[in-house]
Amino acid sequence: MKLDGQIPDGPLEQKWSLHKKNMKLVAPNNRRKYEIIIVGTGLAGGAAAASLAEMGYKVKSFCIQDSARRAHSIAAQGGINAAKNYPNDGDSVWRLFYDTIKGGDYRSREANVYRLAEVANNIIDQAVAQGVPFAREYSGLLDNRSFGGAQVSRTFYARGQTGQQLLLGAYQAMMRQVQEGGVEYFPRHEMLEVVIIDGKARGIITRDLVSGEIVRHEADAVVLATGGYGNVFYLSTNAKNSNVTAAWRAHKKGAFFANPCYVQVHPTCIPVSGDYQSKLTLMSESLRNDGRVWVPKKKGDDRHPNDIPDEERYYYLEERYPSFGNLVPRDVASRNAKLVCDDGLGVGDTGLAVYLDFRDAIKRYGLETISAKYGNLFDMYHNIAGENPYEQPMKIYPAVHYTMGGLWVDYNLMTNVPGLFATGEANFSDHGANRLGASALMQGLSDGYFVLPATIGNYLADEEIGKRYGTDHKEFEKAAAEAQAQIDKLLSIKGKRTIVDFHRTLGKIVWDNIGIARNAEDLKKAIKEIQELREEFWSNVYVPGEKNNYNKYLEFAGRVADFFELAELMAKDALDRQESCGCHLREEYQSEEGEAIRNDEDFSYVAAWEYQGVNGELKEQLHKENLEFEFVELKQRSYK
Amino acid sequence: MSKDMTIHLKYWKQAGPDAQGYFEEKTLNTVNEHMSFLEMLDVLNEELQLEGKDPVEFDYDCREGICGSCNLVINGQAHGPKEKVACCQLHMRNYKDGDHITIEPPKAGAFPIIKDLVVDRSAFDRIIEAGGYVSVKTGSAQEANSIPIEKEHSDLAFDYATCIGCGACVAACPNASASLFTGAKIAHLGKLPQGELERSKRVVAMVDQMKEEGFGDCSNFAECEAVCPVGISISAIAEMRKDYVKAVFS
Repeated sequence: MKLDGQIPDGPLEQKWSLHKKNMKLVAPNNRRKYEIIIVGTGLAGGAAAASLAEMGYKVKSFCIQDSARRAHSIAAQGGINAAKNYPNDGDSVWRLFYDTIKGGDYRSREANVYRLAEVANNIIDQAVAQGVPFAREYSGLLDNRSFGGAQVSRTFYARGQTGQQLLLGAYQAMMRQVQEGGVEYFPRHEMLEVVIIDGKARGIITRDLVSGEIVRHEADAVVLATGGYGNVFYLSTNAKNSNVTAAWRAHKKGAFFANPCYVQVHPTCIPVSGDYQSKLTLMSESLRNDGRVWVPKKKGDDRHPNDIPDEERYYYLEERYPSFGNLVPRDVASRNAKLVCDDGLGVGDTGLAVYLDFRDAIKRYGLETISAKYGNLFDMYHNIAGENPYEQPMKIYPAVHYTMGGLWVDYNLMTNVPGLFATGEANFSDHGANRLGASALMQGLSDGYFVLPATIGNYLADEEIGKRYGTDHKEFEKAAAEAQAQIDKLLSIKGKRTIVDFHRTLGKIVWDNIGIARNAEDLKKAIKEIQELREEFWSNVYVPGEKNNYNKYLEFAGRVADFFELAELMAKDALDRQESCGCHLREEYQSEEGEAIRNDEDFSYVAAWEYQGVNGELKEQLHKENLEFEFVELKQRSYK
Repeated sequence: MSKDMTIHLKYWKQAGPDAQGYFEEKTLNTVNEHMSFLEMLDVLNEELQLEGKDPVEFDYDCREGICGSCNLVINGQAHGPKEKVACCQLHMRNYKDGDHITIEPPKAGAFPIIKDLVVDRSAFDRIIEAGGYVSVKTGSAQEANSIPIEKEHSDLAFDYATCIGCGACVAACPNASASLFTGAKIAHLGKLPQGELERSKRVVAMVDQMKEEGFGDCSNFAECEAVCPVGISISAIAEMRKDYVKAVFS
């Protein structure tokens, strides 16, 4: 099967506008006759629900949390990129596009990335109009700061809570549509199956997380805006309820899963402190604007960091990458942190940490300025780590943060299953093998406010108005029965090990073998370990409580079951990709200095996997979408 | 590594909204000072499950103090003893070996109990739905820098906008009032020119909805401000009242 990304013809700068010109439209009086299901209420889902309802479509919005406002987009700290060029430092749409595609190590589509850069400016306008309180200068105009992987300041921010403010903007816009009747709102509902009739997505099966009821919903199109799968690692910066279930169940019904091995490990997180730990906390990348990363030059130097003089400190990012310094992209920063710790230079009890030091910044700009910029992050660190970052350096270490892989979609954000769309982190499309900082908010909102509302009409225009099969159709029956059967099975095992125990064990296998660095031998070993543990899970897990009641552990059990299958696919994908690119470092393919070596000849493709069943082993068929580069020249990425 | 602590827990159990609730007790012997409060509850639930008992249900998600899911009342205080943190960011180093801790859900008529420590806060959604927004459609926004806003106003608006919607203010209020929550949104939008056009309509709609949901009135106890995990100032309520009076009597 040849995968067609549906990239429009024409010059790069005109593809999106030409495509918009050529796409079919649904007339305003007909839009209310089409129903669209949107699963997830983060930036991508919330923005789409609001925008599509404003256009007149009937939207049904689902989220697993008790309110749409709690989706994990809320936790994004640092900012959102846009090439407004307010600082007059030479930025442009082209440069934002170029930085993003280079940052992704040339493993994303040119056309998608260019559109993202193009649409970004509208997002800032939209958010400001909604009342999002971005940081401002004394002139009353918007302020910008710098982020990794760029040499311009193009990041808009709202202190360390940019995600929160943007999400509340989208949430409020969506709640306005709830009031106006354009959005029907289902909080505390989890999607368990997508329903496909005659080859098209026609609905979903959900579980009401309060009553336990299995509910059927029919529509003309289904949008999955369900976020990433970082929680497969158990420990990650994701919220505890973030999961892959909606995307994975869609995958099992035929939607291809693309580049699952592309997982971003964020360089600046608070290190692990013990095995009771339930999650890791990110310290925004914006801290690298003013913080300097270092380790002691001498192994086992146990002096207090403040007592180690400058000449005995190894500012390894500044020394190895003089032109980007502490602002190298995330994959480079994470890999280098691992390298210095592998060399025995790590600090703290575990030796798995490096310093992020604000001493010089405080000296240069004063305590007040630094506090105004990062106050809430410093407080958060102080509270969690019990050390004051105004007085001594933070200890940080990389942690899983974002997943670039996800459901395969074409330029219209539609999966290979007609009528099934995927947006935001749930799709694979814009970040290639590594995402630059402040680009996740940009992509979620670009998809939600501007791309999907344009492209979904092009699909619906060809769909018969008001076509309904009824939720007693045999495909609804079948999907509902499947969802119910899995729940019954999980509750019936009554084994000896808890869900958390299984999840933590799985996470360790994934982190050790499919984490910052991978190699063929470990990946093969991981596949075997995952299969064995999965088998034990299905015979020895203990799921407490009942199905017809609020039961969080039952929810988790279903999600962990899906993580088990996804984990195996991640290992397969990492094994297949015999090159290093972005966050995917295969130890067999690196330079002597530990830089990634790409193989454009053989691996310049999107790996899209087709599910073929699980029977002890996960069976998946690989489909390749070749990446064509017409407008940028592929180069070995250098930040030196 | 620090020494394990023994903590005596007493927590609320309730099968459903109409069921009779009761306290259950359990002592944990392996509490570590670096654990967060919710990680301690994870440990409790692991132990309960290994004993074949049902875990205690509580709401949580981000565990970094921003999503507003967690809302436990700990020894009578919403989010526990530490100022300006949500209970997911409360660490056990704030307790000592041998401490007794009682955990309850926030108690308010407008927040019915779903199970154990989990409550239904959908009333907050409906208050926002009533008017907590600027009515700007996607695509119709003007160039962002065409609306200059004095930095001071913008910063102040931000302070109000940081509300995480956890409901601690309601839990702490003797009247179970949602005035701080509602006032924070009104003050956020009221400080900005974007929010000006709908100012009167917004305050009336949101305040009416708040009453309809069964939240009490504000009597200036200021308990809400004291427990707010993000430090929303009670001046939000003054802003709300000022706007309300203006809207109704002008």
